[in-house]
Amino acid sequence: MKSAVVVFPGSNCDRDLAVALEAVTGNAPAMVWHRDSELPAGTEFIGIPGGFSYGDYLRSGAMAARSPIMTAVREAASRGVPVIGVCNGFQVLTEAGLLPGALMRNAGLNFVCRPVPLRVENSQSLFTSAYDSGEEIAFPVAHHDGNYQADEATLDRLDGEGRVAFRYLNEVNGSARRIAGILNDGGNVLGLMPHPERAFEPAHGATDGRRLFEGLLETIAA
Amino acid sequence: MKARVFVTLKNGVLDPQGKAIHHALEGLGFTGVNDVRAGKLIELDLAEGASDSDIEDMCRKLLANTVIENFRIERVESAQ
Repeated sequence: MKSAVVVFPGSNCDRDLAVALEAVTGNAPAMVWHRDSELPAGTEFIGIPGGFSYGDYLRSGAMAARSPIMTAVREAASRGVPVIGVCNGFQVLTEAGLLPGALMRNAGLNFVCRPVPLRVENSQSLFTSAYDSGEEIAFPVAHHDGNYQADEATLDRLDGEGRVAFRYLNEVNGSARRIAGILNDGGNVLGLMPHPERAFEPAHGATDGRRLFEGLLETIAA
Repeated sequence: MKARVFVTLKNGVLDPQGKAIHHALEGLGFTGVNDVRAGKLIELDLAEGASDSDIEDMCRKLLANTVIENFRIERVESAQ
């Protein structure tokens, strides 16, 4: 699988994501700079990594969402290319309008950095096919702005259409309906605050995240 | 020509920072504060001739996230 990881100034999980993708796909993803205007031809998967792009200036993800490469990401997403945004990547995807809602300052105002239990709400998506529906897993979170908010109609639509991919089991950051990760209406864009790429190797303390990448590879290859 | 853009959270959107400021004010002994909402002020120094719709476009495309924020534009006449 030909994958690409977008790198913004201030990204800091780009290599973690690249290591995970290389381990699963067998080849290293292209690292694409935010100023580039094109993705490598034939890119089959795009990762938007965590970090603090542009120092979180203005709003988390706001500047990155308007960078040149995002035009290419938007175009690829509209063709159905799978895109995952982790943590800051989720913030970038909401700011870019590829996912609904917004990620606000954590309700408790604290930076939250710990493994959190999650429930897989939809195991039918491109990204979650390796999990069972309702399965409880754990990924680490590390964020200050992970408080997912959207209007009630949007939240109802996300729930009704099975577009909530992951939900926190406990209160973490004030997110509406404890939403941890959502899908776009086409099902090919996933944004989530928890880090699957940091629950990948036994040395990480948990390997629940590995199946996300393995399941994705299997679905894309099928 | 200058313009000031005030970006504020929409009504009903929880404002954790405003809440923290409110608590801190109470801690300092300021009574009678009913609520605090925090926002942003962005000052733009613009070429002459920038239209209202140009500034509004800037607000919609970048300066405010209209999912959660409102904006208000105030033009400031430059001193002669």
